[in-house]
Formats: sequence, C-alpha cells, structure tokens
Amino acid sequence: MFFTTSFYFALAIFSLGLLYKVSTWFRYSLDTVAVETSTTQRIFCAIKGIILTIFSAKFFILLKVFVFDVLLQIRILRESVFRWIMHMLIFWGFMLLLFMHALDKFITTPLFEDYYSTLNPFLFLRNMFAAMVITGIILAVYRRFFIKTPRLFTNAMDKYAIIILAVIVVSGILLEGLKITSHTEFKIMVEDYSGLSMEDDGDELKALESYWVKEFGVVSTEVKGPFNVEALKLGKESHEMNCAECHTKPQWAFISYGVAKTIKPIATGLDRYNFPTFFWYIHFMACFAGLAYLPFSKMFHIFVSPLSLLANAVMDKEKSDPTNIATRQVMELDACTHCGVCSLRCVIGISFEEIGNLYILPSEKIAALKALAAGRNLSEQELRIIQNGLYLCTGCIRCTEVCPAGINLQDLLFNVREALLQKGYPEFYIFSQFSFLRGIKNGGMVQDDYQKPLKLVKESIADEFKLLDMPDSAIKLTHLYKEFRKRLAVSMQGKTSSSCFACKTCSLACPVVCNFEKPVESLGLTPHQLIHAANLGLINLVFGSKMLWSCLGCYECQEHCPQGVRVTDVFFELKNLAIKHFNEKASASQTGKRL
Amino acid sequence: MKIALFRCCNTNICLKHNESVMDSVLRGLDVEAVDVKEFGCCGYPLKNINFKAYILCSARNLSLAEEKGLNIITFCSCCYSSLKRANHLMKEDVSIQKEINTTLEKEGLRYDGTVEVKHFLDIVYKDIGIKHTREKMVKTFKGLKIATHYGCQLLKPRQIIKFDNPAAPSIFDELVDITGAKSIPWLTKLQCCGAPTWGINDDLSMDLMERKIRDARQSGADFLCTACPFCQLQFDRVQKVLVSKRNLKHYIPSILYPQLLGLSMGIDAEVLGIDKNELDLTGIMDFLQ
Repeated sequence: MFFTTSFYFALAIFSLGLLYKVSTWFRYSLDTVAVETSTTQRIFCAIKGIILTIFSAKFFILLKVFVFDVLLQIRILRESVFRWIMHMLIFWGFMLLLFMHALDKFITTPLFEDYYSTLNPFLFLRNMFAAMVITGIILAVYRRFFIKTPRLFTNAMDKYAIIILAVIVVSGILLEGLKITSHTEFKIMVEDYSGLSMEDDGDELKALESYWVKEFGVVSTEVKGPFNVEALKLGKESHEMNCAECHTKPQWAFISYGVAKTIKPIATGLDRYNFPTFFWYIHFMACFAGLAYLPFSKMFHIFVSPLSLLANAVMDKEKSDPTNIATRQVMELDACTHCGVCSLRCVIGISFEEIGNLYILPSEKIAALKALAAGRNLSEQELRIIQNGLYLCTGCIRCTEVCPAGINLQDLLFNVREALLQKGYPEFYIFSQFSFLRGIKNGGMVQDDYQKPLKLVKESIADEFKLLDMPDSAIKLTHLYKEFRKRLAVSMQGKTSSSCFACKTCSLACPVVCNFEKPVESLGLTPHQLIHAANLGLINLVFGSKMLWSCLGCYECQEHCPQGVRVTDVFFELKNLAIKHFNEKASASQTGKRL
Repeated sequence: MKIALFRCCNTNICLKHNESVMDSVLRGLDVEAVDVKEFGCCGYPLKNINFKAYILCSARNLSLAEEKGLNIITFCSCCYSSLKRANHLMKEDVSIQKEINTTLEKEGLRYDGTVEVKHFLDIVYKDIGIKHTREKMVKTFKGLKIATHYGCQLLKPRQIIKFDNPAAPSIFDELVDITGAKSIPWLTKLQCCGAPTWGINDDLSMDLMERKIRDARQSGADFLCTACPFCQLQFDRVQKVLVSKRNLKHYIPSILYPQLLGLSMGIDAEVLGIDKNELDLTGIMDFLQ
C-alpha cells in the first residue's frame, strides 16, 4: 500500500514536472522573434515541423543520429575515450536495469515466459548491470574530483546526479546481499514456493536449510555446521525438487554474494533488526525520489539530449521556421549536462584564468541563459558580467561541434548576446576584434539594431569624458592621474611612452589620421597628442579620444618613431587600461536596480 | 617537413574553403601538416582588452606545439604576429615566462621557448625555397596582374616579426611572380585593409579599403592577393558591402595566395574553392595556361 501510494505520488510529480518543463520550451524565449508568437502558435508550429520531418527523407537522418549519437554516443567518443566509457557504462547499465529489473512487470515478464528475478540470466545480469553503473560512477567521481580537468566546474546538480545514481544502485546491492543472508527471507521463500510444511516435512526442511546455509550463504540461527553428509545430500535433493526451478545459485549475483559473505558475522543481527526491509525502503524511495525529481534535475537530459541531437540534425538556420528555432533554443538549455567539454575545448577558455569572468566558459554561460530564459530578475551587475562573458567569444563554432548533446551553442550564445546588447547596457568589449564577426554577420540585422550597441558605448564614453568637447576650457590639475601614469610607466607595453618628444612623425604616418581632412576635429587627439596626454596622466583626454578607438594596430607609427617609442603597443596598453576603467566604473556605479 | 598547422578561428566560420586550400597546397608542397586538436585562439581579439590574456592564449598554443616537438605554420597574419609576440616574450622576459607558465601548469602545460612560428609565405619562400616551389608548377598564368596586399601584421613590428623589410618588402611579390602572374607596384600596397575596425567603426574601415581598391584598380591590377584571412574577408565580404553601400561602379576581387599558388600547381579549382568567393573570382581561370 505504502509502496503503491508513494509510487503513484512520485509518478504524478514526475508527470506534472515533465509537463511543466516541456511547457517552458514553448513559453520562454531567448530570442527576439518568438516574443511575438503565442505559446499555442509555437506548439502548433513544433507539431507541424515534427510531422513534416518524420514523413520526409529526413527520417533516415533521424534514424542515423539516434543510433550513432544517442545509442552509441559517438560524439562523446570523438572527444574522449575515458568519458565515453564512463558514460556508456552508466547509460547502458542504468537503462538495462530500468527495463529488465525496475520495469520487469511490463517488459521482462511479457517477453520471457519463465521469468523469475532469481533465475539466470536475470540474476547475473542484474549484478552485471549494477557493476557497470558503479564502475561508471567511480569514473565520474574520479573525473570530477580527482583529476584536475581545466575549467571543469562541478555544481550541486552534478553532485546530485552522481549521488542519486549511487544511492539507487548501492542500496539495491545491499538489499540483495542482505536477502541472501537473511533467514527470514529463506523461510518466506520456503513457505511461498516449496510446498513443504513444518509439521509434515520437518526433517527435509532442516536438511534443505542446512544445504542453503552451507552452499548459498544463508545465515541461520537454527542450523549450524558442520553438517553431516547425509543431511546435505537430502537437502540437495530437496533443493532440486523445490527451489532450483526458479532460483539459481546466489553466487551468480556476484556483487551481492560478496556483500553477503562480508556481512556474514553480523547477518543474524541485521536480519533480526529487519535491515532487509529497511534497505528495501531506501532502494524504492531513492528510485521514486529520483523519478519525481527527474524533470527538475540534470537527469532530465536523458530525454532532452536525444531530442536536441535529433532536432539539430534536421534543423537549419536558413530553412527552419524561426519560431521552431526559438523553441529549440529554450529546449537546448535542458539538454545541457554540464559535462564541461565545451569549456575545455573553448578556444579562448584559457583567458578565464586571467580575466576571471566565469561566463567566458560556454558551459557556465548556459546557466546564465537558463536564468535569462526563465525571466528571472537579474541585477544590473549580474547582467553586465553575463554580457561581458558573452561578448568574449570568437564565434569559432567549436563548442557546437564538440557538444555531446548536439546543442547549437554558437547560435544560442550569439542570439542571446545580441538580445542583451539591445537591452541598453553599454558593452565596452565591443571595442575589440571580437566585433569583426559581428560586423561580418550584420547582413541579417536591422541597421539600427546593429549600430545601437556601438552608439551606446560611444555615448557612454562621451558622457564620462566631456573634456574633449570643450577645447577652450583650461585643463584642471584634478584631471591628472598620477596612479595612471605610474601604471603606464611600469607596464610591459606602455613603458616606452615617456621617450616621446612630440615630433609628430607618428601622426603623419598614421593611416587613420590621413583619412580625415581635419583629424583633430574628427579624432579628438592625433597619436602624438595622445601619447603626450597619456604621459601627463590626462585620462579624460586619453580615454575619451576617438583616436584611441580608431587605432588599427597597424604599427605604422611605431615603425616610424625616431625615439623608439612603441607607439602602437602604448595604444594597446591604453586601450587595456581604458576598458578596465570603464568596466570598473560600471560595476562601481551599478545601482542594484533590476532590469 | 612535419609541422603543426594553426588554423585561424575565423577560417572555421566564414572562410571554410581556406582549410581545404591549405591542406591541398601543403600536401602538394610535400609539407606534412599536423592538426593539433587542442589548439585554441591565438588571442588576437583579446589584444584590446587584456594583454596578459592575449599572451596567455598564444603561449598555450606554443606549449602544445612544443609538447609535440613541432613548429607552427599559420596562414593568418594576425595569428602569426600574436604567436610570434608571445614566443618573443616567453624567450626574452623571465617574469612573463614565469607568470604564464604558472597558469599553464594548471592544465599540465609549460613553454620553454623552443618552437618556431612560421607563416605560410615563410615556409614557401624560406624553407622550401623559390627554386623547389617552381618545380611544382604545372601551369602558369599569362598576363595576370596582381596587386599584393602584405597585411600589417605580416611585416610589423620589425623587431618581433622579422619576415621581410617592412618599408620595402619583396618576398610576397616574388612568390606571386613564380606563378607567372605579375605583381604590380601600387601606392597603398602596405596600408592597412581596414579590417581591424570593421564592426567597431565601419565607416573608417570602408574609407581605408575604398582608397586601396581605387588605387589597385588605377594601378591596373586584375585581382588583389592576400596572405591573411582577415584581409581576405575584408576585401571579399566587406568589399561587397562597400560596393552596395557606396554605389561603387568597380570592385576588385581578392584571391588568397595559396589559392593562386594551388592553381598553378594544377590543383583542382573546386578543391581550392575558387567559386566560394563573394565577389566572383572565376575570371582568374582565363589567365591560366
């Protein structure tokens, strides 16, 4: 009764959770497109898309992906043999346990007429599958906690996944081990299956029990060795008559039998205090808890990762319905297993060590995206850091190529980054070559949308540094930043700046300066003026000057400098300092207001 | 010759055919290019943001090549200059070397400065040599006039790059000449293509490129030839935008140097992705004999 009630209770939570999670795919959106379409439309669109795909030649692509990427997990194998072995052991071990053992009433019994969980091959296979899962779990723990994989972060959800699997399997094994030793269990079996009774067959029963104690690990308080040969012979006969048909030797349950042997000295006590029942509860409750919590946990990927793999195999940015792409992108967030391969292989992942923004790493970006998709209120500070991290991406598609769940990370991240940039928060990293790709891709973008983030940054800088707009005003001493001068003087790239004697050669050589009829008006300061201002510590002039952000880094000025000032390198240092300053300023002035 | 091939990140996204170009041409030149799976970005896009992160990215790649005992070849001038700079610093500056290696050790790497970084042109000109390269030629261009665009990062700063004389370079021109094409002199040859500000200040970027395009045309060039994916993307994709935005009557398509070389080595135009350009490049086949 308790069993059934709790099972249905867990199943209900699971179903509701599943419904809820699936509904978020159609309710949430990360993109700008889907905002205009209603949930109903999106569901309709998805169903249409699925039906059209299944009844087309693409069905064979789906089939292929299902076999190779879902069942054989070739994508994991391509990245790491270790991880493939680990995951295949857990996946196949657990799936087979689920189908053969947990769902035996629905699958194994109809398939095999003479199925008994105590018969081979089932008895052996159960242990075998458990051994697979346990080996996999040990490898997972080793990977996460012992070998230092760079930039692999283990969060609470990762730990939960390992723990719940371990509890389910280990409690199952302990349960079986206890049952092997349990005298109580033995008596129940005799009563239920043997057809022998205490009154009529007392001797035979005793012989049978002796035989089981001697051969099969039962620990009995009533019969104890050494047994005489006669009794054992009778016990064996009785065993073959009454038990053997539906009970293989427990030795075949090789792990549990080992457990039984180990606990033998205390088995009587354990049996008396009902430990088998206790572990029976733990085993089932862990299973039910795992089931109920599944849609909310990382284990949800069992369903969603295959979906993501299949969807991405047949969807195409150009041809697929944008509504479906928006839906798929929300779904993909649930497909992520936080395995960290994207962060390991991210081409600029290593820069995290220096810049320290966790959101540089794709696997951690996903966590931020989940919050964004759910429309959770994020503080300005959080949004700024997420946006910073999202901007630090070369767009090289490697994360998409290596994701074992087939998530199209690149498109996902690019879309979200663009949506965030439009929200009106200036992104100073836009003044870097990460913007080149954005410029190349801008073909598909509305011009205003493309220019808006750039404009925002320029305005924000102009707001802070008004000095350049007031050429006639006297420069106040308060604008001198000694600290800045010191930093420049000791920096690796900037230290030569003090050798400048303002001969103007750099400005004459600069292709950017040559591009303008009135360079000072267009650029604020020309290169030699910029160097001079930097040497004086006038950050208002330096950071606000358009010249700094128009610098191509072509080294023309540096090549021409007669004083050996590494002009271009100084500019790079100034840009580093400026971007650092802007970011620090932005985080200091953050109001805690939620957008 | 066995060497680690460093593919620029940009290539993977918008210049995919450059990968098969590099593979086939290097094979044709008997260079065994090894793909190092762990290679990452050279760090160039981080240069405006954080110098140390920039150097760290390059140093990581150098350490991976060192681990395999290979030198690095790249076709991208920006990757080339970044890797060279990091290499220079890791050899010359003990404090940077120590700091970077401490970070690299987190993933079991370290760099001792034994790797040489080479550009594709380096390999062809200095390692294989003009003479041997010429032996590989099976076809020759007749009457084709090429404006070579060196690209800033391939030449400067001279103390670090040491590829050719930055004020009057000639290697690229000689390399074009061996294909039978003629490298013509043009005024703005050594100027920046404008790619560094594309996406940041598009007008400036287009101004700079427009000047070069006009000059190249006026100097009588049929095609531009580049030695860097950034320059190539600028002269191809961005030039296309420029032509439509500013209603230019004339444009000048750009070819990657390995494509030019590959054609005269008799490699199939399809393998070389001659049809993959945004601005039609197929006209160049008419010059091939």
